[in-house]
Amino acid sequence: MDVYLPIAEVSLNVFVLLGLGGVIGFLSGVFGVGGGFLLTPLLIFIGVPPAVAVASSANQLVGASLSGVIAHWRRGNVDFKMGFTLLLGGLAGSALGVWLFTALRRLGQIELTISLCYVVMLGVLGGLMAIESVRSMLRQRRPGGFPRKLHQHNWLQGLPLKTRFRRSKLYISALLPTGLGFVVGVLSAVLGIGGGFLLVPAMIYTLGMPTAMVPGTSLLQIIFVAANVTFLQAYTNRTVDAVLAVLLLIGGVIGAQLGTRFGTRLRGEQLRFLLSLLVLAVAAKLAQELTLRPHDLFAITPEVG
Amino acid sequence: MRRRSGRRRPNPLLPFALPLCLICAVPQARSAEIVADLTSHLIAIGSGFTGASVVLFGAIEGPADVIVVVRGPARDTTIWRKGKVAGIWVNAQSVTFNNVPSFYAVAASRPIDEVLAPNAAALYRIGTANLKLEVKPPETPETGRRFADALITEQQRAGLFGESPLKISFLGERLFRTTIAFPANVPTGSYLVEVFLVRDRDVVGGQTTPLVVSKVGLDAAVSDFATRQSAAYGAIAVVTALVAGWLASLPFRGV
Repeated sequence: MDVYLPIAEVSLNVFVLLGLGGVIGFLSGVFGVGGGFLLTPLLIFIGVPPAVAVASSANQLVGASLSGVIAHWRRGNVDFKMGFTLLLGGLAGSALGVWLFTALRRLGQIELTISLCYVVMLGVLGGLMAIESVRSMLRQRRPGGFPRKLHQHNWLQGLPLKTRFRRSKLYISALLPTGLGFVVGVLSAVLGIGGGFLLVPAMIYTLGMPTAMVPGTSLLQIIFVAANVTFLQAYTNRTVDAVLAVLLLIGGVIGAQLGTRFGTRLRGEQLRFLLSLLVLAVAAKLAQELTLRPHDLFAITPEVG
Repeated sequence: MRRRSGRRRPNPLLPFALPLCLICAVPQARSAEIVADLTSHLIAIGSGFTGASVVLFGAIEGPADVIVVVRGPARDTTIWRKGKVAGIWVNAQSVTFNNVPSFYAVAASRPIDEVLAPNAAALYRIGTANLKLEVKPPETPETGRRFADALITEQQRAGLFGESPLKISFLGERLFRTTIAFPANVPTGSYLVEVFLVRDRDVVGGQTTPLVVSKVGLDAAVSDFATRQSAAYGAIAVVTALVAGWLASLPFRGV
């Protein structure tokens, strides 16, 4: 059964879209990240124009993150103060990102930028995660192991505007989460990702937040950043396909619930190792596409007003 | 299939047609020699749209050939050529053409080069080779030609330009019909269907008929709204996603 997507202007099979949403939801349930970094490339792969894929992924993310935040909030794992501090930077970053997106699209370089950003980010992140998870797996085999500090302190946390975040048991500079939010906001707009896979490690290692508080808090700020991106993309570029987003969302929510249940059966290090392999595989595929001679040297771009 | 063999019965109208023909020696003077119409003048793109086809049918007077050209709304089109920069393939060079038809298909009763002189085909812009794509300055005509060929190939690959002429079949001597197929990615807008009557390697008559490709129903509403009220559309897209996300979390409240 095919459905015509009014903004993407292509017909795609409903079950392919629901299934795609389901797979991404499952992964996000298992690994606790949004899965946007996989969704956008896959949408492009099945024939959605890249600009529409990025903007509609952001739209889908609004719903998926809200659903996630509600689940975490019921368990009391959301630090609202931290979330809104991240958001200050996130909103500014996403506005800059949408402007950047429009400029690059006019220059005909948006697809290259999307691919390059993915290769660099996923490559670095996947590599770091793989090393870290293997190390902790090895550490657990040894009897005793190393005692861990509650959290590490670095010079970044000592910047001015020190603020107390009670739920996260932190007393750090507010500039740090704001800056982090800004970077993720830019990426969210240009790449159509929530930035969970970037935000989650950064919140643990740079901010030193307790791990349990991280997913809910990062999702909280993603809701607002993704909402801002969706609105700005719809307003400036007219690339948001709401029909596509809702279809992905339906599949995604079911997948996420199944994924969460599956995820609890796996150990943390194994989970992170599997995720790092997945991330590296996507990075390698994208890098290969950039360096191999394309089948088709020419491409037609739609006129941008 | 060659229509018109020498063994056909004399046309009963021939005694009248001949003198008329002599009076009206000017081409296209007797457009009533050909009548054609489409089974539908609207291609409606609804939510289940996977492409559509329209039947063009008509009748001619006396022995002749028929060529049909379908042209989509003209648009400025930019085509990029990739080049290798520092080891990766990037969009390196671009050329913009004015008024490129967004859809182009030809149908003919016999191979075009057999029935029509090349200069006539060029005059009426029949066939992708005769599209006369105008390159926007400051590109040189030479670059323009190279990119024009690529543009045509790309459009053919997307199914928007016909690769070889479609077949027009005759039912008996006078009635003809052909089916024009439009893919799912057909551009919306006003199309023009030109029907040419061809005799003695020249166009001697013709008729044009309009065709509209338009989104209908919910899809039309969504895309229309997204274009005209983009701010409101953006807000609604966000709210829709929020409501969907909230509804989705309800069944799992106890988990």
